[in-house]
Amino acid sequence: MNKAGERLYNGLVKENPTFVLMLGMCPTLAITTSAINGLGMGLTTMVVLALSNLIISLLRNIIPNRVRIPAFIVIIASFVTVVQLLLEAYLPFLNKALGVYIPLIVVNCIILGRAESYAYSNPPIPSLFDGVGMGLGFTFALTCIGAVRELLGAGELFGFGLMPDAYEPIRIFGQAPGAFFVLAALVAVQNYIKNVRKKAGKSYEKIGSGCSEDCMNCGDKNCAKRFYDAASASEVKQTETLQKKEER
Amino acid sequence: MDGVKDLLLLLIGSSLVSNVVLSQFLGLCPFLGVSRKTNTAAGMGSAVIFVITLASAVAGVIYKYVLQRFHVEYLRTIVFILVIAALVQFVEMFLRKAMPSLYEALGVYLPLITTNCAVLGVAITNVQKEYGILTGIVNGFATAVGFTIAIVILAGIREKLEYNDIPESFRGMPLVLLTAGLMAIAFCGFSGLL
Repeated sequence: MNKAGERLYNGLVKENPTFVLMLGMCPTLAITTSAINGLGMGLTTMVVLALSNLIISLLRNIIPNRVRIPAFIVIIASFVTVVQLLLEAYLPFLNKALGVYIPLIVVNCIILGRAESYAYSNPPIPSLFDGVGMGLGFTFALTCIGAVRELLGAGELFGFGLMPDAYEPIRIFGQAPGAFFVLAALVAVQNYIKNVRKKAGKSYEKIGSGCSEDCMNCGDKNCAKRFYDAASASEVKQTETLQKKEER
Repeated sequence: MDGVKDLLLLLIGSSLVSNVVLSQFLGLCPFLGVSRKTNTAAGMGSAVIFVITLASAVAGVIYKYVLQRFHVEYLRTIVFILVIAALVQFVEMFLRKAMPSLYEALGVYLPLITTNCAVLGVAITNVQKEYGILTGIVNGFATAVGFTIAIVILAGIREKLEYNDIPESFRGMPLVLLTAGLMAIAFCGFSGLL
């Protein structure tokens, strides 16, 4: 049980996917117009993440190493489809609010990243809790960003008016540009903390903050959080063998 | 003539008014990641135009003639992501054999596009809005053009920003995000076009 608790803490705080790893930025910016949307998106992603982690971990000895990425994608896409159908049936308002971003959970870097970096090499129960922890971290982050944007943009929180009547909502925070501004402020705060700690002489482990590229596109070979080292290495190998074949 | 007018409106709407990156937040990762230099941004943009147009055509055909015929529309997410991944692989192989010069220009960017959520996003939007195949292709092309416009402009601004003295905390990502936010405000102005 200790292990499970450690995984939950890891996902929520230590390696929070949004604030620390900066993964899965597209849904983070797109659907956080209100706190409830953020919460819904986060929980949906959490379900997919936990289940796909569990299944991938159970199948980790069966899936051949070479085709693991396509196999992961098929498993993830299946769960996304299941979740989407469930949402359509039971929570149609949420399904409508999240729209195209539900099927797009498939290409969310967090899920493939956890599958590759944790579930594929660990037993099922810790993998399940890793998924839940990461999902909770994502939910927490999305709800926070959503709450800030809703409060500033509409003067409400979860649909309840919180601000005094005299408060004029800053509409732009509810719209597209506001998402960029809120995230920019957030990363700047993070950078500030990082710089202060660096000046104080404390070691600050590189945690990929301020790194917006998803790991597959990232050019930083030294990043400790690179998920796709193995994948890119095998790709390089494949192209090399292809080139050799062509030369012949 | 009505059809042509509709397609033109869609072209403007998808590329400028509801710009894929700045108002729908699809394809943010390459938008923020590959926008350091104008030429790489343009390269990425043209690769995206190429792949999205092709992918929306292929996904449209498969949806209409396979998924709808056998009444398995709910499999679209799985099918589309696999089709896109396979398509990118084939395009890469084909370009390497048939058009080495184009491959030289686009090659590096092609593998990155599989994970670009704009490709899957466009394919799914086409289905959700019940576009026909031709309309879907036009929508895909326009979306990709919008992406290219946005990424090239951002890269241009970022090149200029290199020479400026920026507060320490805002160096790197925060500044790029702020720039993108300002661009998004500018693109809001296009909503008067339609």
